[in-house]
Amino acid sequence: MSAVLSMPAVAPGRSMLLGIRAWAGVTIALAVVAVVVPAANLLVPAGSAFHLSEYAVQLVAKIMCYAMCALAMDLIWGYTGILSLGHGVFFALGGYAMGMYLMRQIGSDGQYRMPMPDFMVFLNWKEFPWHWALSDSFVAQMALVVLAPGLLAFVFGFFAFRSRIKGVYFSIITQAMTYATMLLFFRNETGFGGNNGFTDFKRILGHPIATPSMRMLLFVITGCTLIAFFVMARAIVGSKFGRVLQAIRDAESRVMFTGYDPLRYKLAIWTLSAVMCGIAGALYVPQVGIINPSEMTPAASIEIAIWTAVGGRATLIGPIVGAFFVNGAKSWFTQVFPEFWLYFLGALFIAVTLFLPGGIVGLFRHPKVLALLRRSARREEGSAS
Amino acid sequence: MTPDLMRAGAEARRHAEQRAQALQGGTSGGGRVASYSRLVHPGQLDVAHGAILYLDDITVSFDGFKALNALSLSISAGEMRCIIGPNGAGKTTMMDVITGKTRPDAGRCFFGSTIDLLRLRENEIASVGVGRKFQKPTVFEHLSVFENLELALKADRGVRASLFFRLSGAQLDRIGEMLVLIHLKEHAQRTAGMLSHGQKQWLEIGMLLMQNPKLLLLDEPVAGMTDEETERTAELFLSLEGSHSLVVVEHDMKFIHALTHGNPAKKVTVLHEGSVLAEGSLAEVQADEKVVEVYLGR
Repeated sequence: MSAVLSMPAVAPGRSMLLGIRAWAGVTIALAVVAVVVPAANLLVPAGSAFHLSEYAVQLVAKIMCYAMCALAMDLIWGYTGILSLGHGVFFALGGYAMGMYLMRQIGSDGQYRMPMPDFMVFLNWKEFPWHWALSDSFVAQMALVVLAPGLLAFVFGFFAFRSRIKGVYFSIITQAMTYATMLLFFRNETGFGGNNGFTDFKRILGHPIATPSMRMLLFVITGCTLIAFFVMARAIVGSKFGRVLQAIRDAESRVMFTGYDPLRYKLAIWTLSAVMCGIAGALYVPQVGIINPSEMTPAASIEIAIWTAVGGRATLIGPIVGAFFVNGAKSWFTQVFPEFWLYFLGALFIAVTLFLPGGIVGLFRHPKVLALLRRSARREEGSAS
Repeated sequence: MTPDLMRAGAEARRHAEQRAQALQGGTSGGGRVASYSRLVHPGQLDVAHGAILYLDDITVSFDGFKALNALSLSISAGEMRCIIGPNGAGKTTMMDVITGKTRPDAGRCFFGSTIDLLRLRENEIASVGVGRKFQKPTVFEHLSVFENLELALKADRGVRASLFFRLSGAQLDRIGEMLVLIHLKEHAQRTAGMLSHGQKQWLEIGMLLMQNPKLLLLDEPVAGMTDEETERTAELFLSLEGSHSLVVVEHDMKFIHALTHGNPAKKVTVLHEGSVLAEGSLAEVQADEKVVEVYLGR
């Protein structure tokens, strides 16, 4: 027994959520989002080299919303091994919930100068449909941002996971769900503005929505939410819960025969992931100024998976990097060679699948690349001394 | 249910509990209590009748092919039972039935005398105390050896409990002891996927033991192990005998021999075409004409 008693501590150090460097990174990110960007956009004069244009701010804000989706996708796909091709729906649901509120905020300032949203006037509706009952209340709509995607994910996930639908079959039915929801939202009778969706927003909480300071406020909220999601995801992945998720990915039957009920674990992370997407959608809509069923096309959901794969699955920084890389490339490509964007995206996905299974972040963890980096660092040190 | 019925039920239960309490200490003999003074607690293993696992007339057919054909088998508490049989004899299917992976078309399957395994799901069966080792070693490849054992550790399996789980000192010690027992102490921080085949087998056995099961089902536990590892595995299993019940399915006759030679009367069961062909000590079974015929062909 003495051999056991004198055994060294074998538990890995998990006293802190993040390492010192990671906390420093989070602090810097917060400072950039909440101080540097607002200052560069609002305080620095437009002619200066340090000025950040309105366009750049909006682009980065949009991509940060996408990054939240990619992070959510990573939790369910990268860590739990369940590929969802339906996250676009959750994103759009959150967006629509926010959009309903913004439509009511227009008041009588629409094209028709009527108290109801323009599309309802156009359809000759006299009163609001039942699901618009609470749309005037900001709090109620914010609750819907969480509840609508959360509830759909919970019910859908419960039946799918209980029936033990796995792998590609699960991906296919999420895709089917996406398509069905999109068709539903395309209909005028559904009460969500048909194929035009919601647009022309004027105010949020009584304040005009298109002013630079409101735009900046939304940007800061989006950035802080993304950082909060990152820290939360880190806490989840670092907990025993997160290790059970990875265990489900690696050997689900072993998880079951160890006494865990995979249904509960999958359902919990699936629902959380959907809610994260819903919140991202709600932040996206007021900044982009439009929400319509095109956000629910199957392609939009597949794109989320591409961001995650390109950045690096099962790393938390990966999906954020991937969302910025792919969407940054997209906004550049669609300006310079608009007709080649889709070819590039396809080629990128194939290249990553074939040559970079760990994504961009995985590249930096590859032993050969690490050795190369170390060697060049040493050379620099040598030349400096 | 009417209120007076409920009251009467509560009354009866209280009486029985009082009696059980009064009898405790006085008449208990080796954990076995005569059944007339005992309350049956749901979900608790009851081995008062000696059997820990009881299969009766289990039939499983896949598209008309009978993988198990009216199989009946009973394992005593603390017994180590070796099960042999040619390929396709139904050994793995039997384990699938016991652990809830496959539902039989007919038959009964009890754990102790009260727990009906056919009514439970896989994870519930694992929770009541049946541990299973797969034929192909299945460990969590991307987690470290330590984390593999940590997940298997007996603890609340709920989502919320896992989210806020922290290892206590005693649990840490338990993992440490297990690492020593399965000879993986030096590899505690290595990713399980990097281990050798034999080491993975050991890790899986260690994970089983972390759950502290009453009954261990071991499907070809020494496949792919070196001779030395096989020997150590036999030692380990023999040390578990008595405190645990073990069902070992194995092809390796040398290993079966190692497990049984200390006690020549130890039972070995031969399965063939989904039912029991012969049962007895290893020597008896090996001398059995039917067994020889099945193994050597006619």
